[in-house]
Amino acid sequence: MYNITRSPWVMHYDGSSCNGCDIEVLACLTPVYDAERFGIINTGDPMQADILLVTGGINTQNAPVVKQLYDQMSDPKVVVAVGVCACTGGVFKDCYNILGGADQVIPVDVYVPGCAARPQAIIDGIVKGIGVFQERLEKMEKGELKNQEEKEEAGKEE
Amino acid sequence: MNEMTVKIIVAVCYVILAPILGGLLDGIGRKISARMQRRVGPPILQPFHDLGKLLHKDPIHVAPSQNFLMMSYLFFVILTGGMIFLGMDLLMSMFILSTAVMFLYFAATVTGSPYSTIGATRELLQMVAYEPCVLLTCVGFYIVRGSFETAEIINGDISPIAYLPGIFVAFIFILTIKMRKSPFDISTSHHPNQEIVRGITSEIGAKNFAVFTLAEWYETVFLMGMVALFIVNKNPISIPVAIVVAFLVYFLELLIDNCSARMKADKMIKLSWMVTIIAAGANLLALIYIFK
Repeated sequence: MYNITRSPWVMHYDGSSCNGCDIEVLACLTPVYDAERFGIINTGDPMQADILLVTGGINTQNAPVVKQLYDQMSDPKVVVAVGVCACTGGVFKDCYNILGGADQVIPVDVYVPGCAARPQAIIDGIVKGIGVFQERLEKMEKGELKNQEEKEEAGKEE
Repeated sequence: MNEMTVKIIVAVCYVILAPILGGLLDGIGRKISARMQRRVGPPILQPFHDLGKLLHKDPIHVAPSQNFLMMSYLFFVILTGGMIFLGMDLLMSMFILSTAVMFLYFAATVTGSPYSTIGATRELLQMVAYEPCVLLTCVGFYIVRGSFETAEIINGDISPIAYLPGIFVAFIFILTIKMRKSPFDISTSHHPNQEIVRGITSEIGAKNFAVFTLAEWYETVFLMGMVALFIVNKNPISIPVAIVVAFLVYFLELLIDNCSARMKADKMIKLSWMVTIIAAGANLLALIYIFK
């Protein structure tokens, strides 16, 4: 089994957050925390990304966007919800336009709580996500996970 | 052993060793960049881990023709470098390189995505910026050695750089454009600058991106080979000197990459043409006067 844990490429999507968690995500890449030493690259392209970092709650306007970004990523893929807003909706939970956390539209694998989540916690969450990432690859190669072509065919039938 | 067997062995060695060397250069480059920014940086073998992962991901493409176009791009890039290292025609290999870039252009535009289309048109602009200098370099080698064949060019008494200092400077300048490094990474925006997502590679994912990475490694080795061509002469000592110079040039590119912000496309064309006309053009005029 090939070890893909050494090269997790991260894509960051900001939902309707206060930007606190976004700053902390960027802080992970600075010299103090240097996430690149684990091979983590912050890419803006869903087609090249392995891990989707979602910060902020999901509202009616960004729900289809998050869904589309998730669909554009190729398998195996992992979703990490960063900050309490992305986990549950946080302080915005009862707002008229908020649907809740990221798990309202896409399956979330790792929840990183905190307001704002600290860089140490975010890196810890990503490292946990990397474990899930490797498991997914193993499942995919055993044929337990649908690959892209099968999904497309399933989509056509629907 | 006849000449043909040697050529086949060199070709096979090139196809196998060039990506290993290119990947190592990439890894060392990332490490050095990280140290320049006071970071620890990824391990030197990181590019190979990335390549392995990309090959293990589920294949994804926007248009089915993308796979064919990307494979053609890789094939023509390998051919370009192969021609240089086998001692064949320099001018011809440069034309083949332009063909390779056209395949990359089509692989990006066939998707219809606005970001990759912008990246692709910018790639063409980059071609406009570096092509005159590349042609002048070939002409310079021809005037000095009387042949476009690299086997003839490396077979002189004095290193070509003695005659071509201006062209060497212009070539180093356009190397930054060709290697898509800052301040001229306008067609593929680098990691933190994502205003056109990933530019020309926006819609290239998983296996196709692995092909793109491989092609970039071959290209790096080929470009360093071009730099070495300025130094190598009949004397065998010139070969290690050429390798050292190629490494120094690579380090210089990293330094420029790390201490400059991205330029606008029109400024890039103006600047590169200015450097080409002043440095390479003056050098060429002097050559014509010397070899009259």
